[in-house]
Amino acid sequence: MSRDFLVAFAHYDQYLSGLWNTLWLSAATLVLASIAGCFVAALMLTRHKVVRLPATGFVDAMRCVPFLLFAYLVYYGLPELSIRLDSWTSGLIALAVYHTAYVAEIVRGAWTNLSREQIEAGRAFGFAGLPLFARIILPQLFFASVPLIGNQSIYILKDSAFLMIITVPELTFAASSVQSTYFVPFASFVIAMLLYWLVTLVIEAMLKRVELAAEVRRA
Amino acid sequence: MSDLPFLLQGAVVTASVSLVAIVLGVPLGLALAIVRWRRVPLLSPLVALYVSVIRATPAITLALLIFFGSPSLGIVLGAAPAAVLTLLINTSAFNCEIWRAALIDFPRDQVEAARAFGMPPRLMFRRVVLPQVWRTSLPALVNEMTLLIKASPALAVIGIVDLTRAASRIGAATYKPLPPFLAATAIYMLLVMLFVAAQRYVERRVRQRFEMA
Repeated sequence: MSRDFLVAFAHYDQYLSGLWNTLWLSAATLVLASIAGCFVAALMLTRHKVVRLPATGFVDAMRCVPFLLFAYLVYYGLPELSIRLDSWTSGLIALAVYHTAYVAEIVRGAWTNLSREQIEAGRAFGFAGLPLFARIILPQLFFASVPLIGNQSIYILKDSAFLMIITVPELTFAASSVQSTYFVPFASFVIAMLLYWLVTLVIEAMLKRVELAAEVRRA
Repeated sequence: MSDLPFLLQGAVVTASVSLVAIVLGVPLGLALAIVRWRRVPLLSPLVALYVSVIRATPAITLALLIFFGSPSLGIVLGAAPAAVLTLLINTSAFNCEIWRAALIDFPRDQVEAARAFGMPPRLMFRRVVLPQVWRTSLPALVNEMTLLIKASPALAVIGIVDLTRAASRIGAATYKPLPPFLAATAIYMLLVMLFVAAQRYVERRVRQRFEMA
């Protein structure tokens, strides 16, 4: 057993490049989904039915579908529309579009729970337009949604593992290729799990800092 | 037209594997949560570590570890038992946190009142704590069940032909991926809505029994 771990450790470069790809995909998804999610949330909150209903329908559909099913659809469905993409690009698109829906729902929820009194008070103090948004609304929206979006980033990290099925060389793919070449399955996947765990612990530590900052602000 | 039975077979696989994992995973999560709540020496930190690691692990990595890694420990598992075990381990960690949150929030005065009446701890747990705690945990538990269904396509890597796998195979065979995917989406929605409807039903019954009377 310890020999297996030594064999796996000898190929640490493969795990590191897999981990790097996992982190890169997750970070890119987080950035893209956060930007697009705010935009979709705004669409969900408009009064115009023509805009609101498709946006809400998209979000609800994504929340019902497993990520792998959607990734398959992007990977096999886009060539149907004669759009040819490599597995990496279609994987990233699938991750970003899928999680845009979840971020949109988080931001929509934060917006709906925003206290109306504070906005009224801000208006009474002469805030309007951009300053009202930047100084009164945005900070509250930020601190209400960041813990949830941070939590979502753990789901993004875990969903990125599904992309190994469409041959994206991320962490689980790397572990799988080491195990199939040298036949050290137990050691190989345990190493991958520990790396995922490490990343999650770092994300959770960062979230704790944001929550502390939010508490300091409120006090 | 033989595609539809194939898809439905996949749906049955998804539903049954998820259901077994749920039926075993909810009580297992409770047992783990009680270990943490009672601060059982030695076991409690181990459970905390287990929960922390498993919650960070993608279902697909866990499935690969269990299916391909278990022979290294001298246990040979078939694909179906490995599939159930994967989902069970995954969901038990999340359920543990849900039960634990409910137990921590449980009002202290009720525990003290029960103790003052001389109730033995086991009886108190069964008659006072559990009947209230499961009701506060129910929405979160059902939410976790829907997440479990969405994690179940990971089992494709160990050769389980679930709903997602069936849809992708039909798509590959017919060169028309969209129809099977839309059908699969509809079935997933139906499965998720079934759980949510069951939750609503139980909540309504509970309200009728305990608050209207």
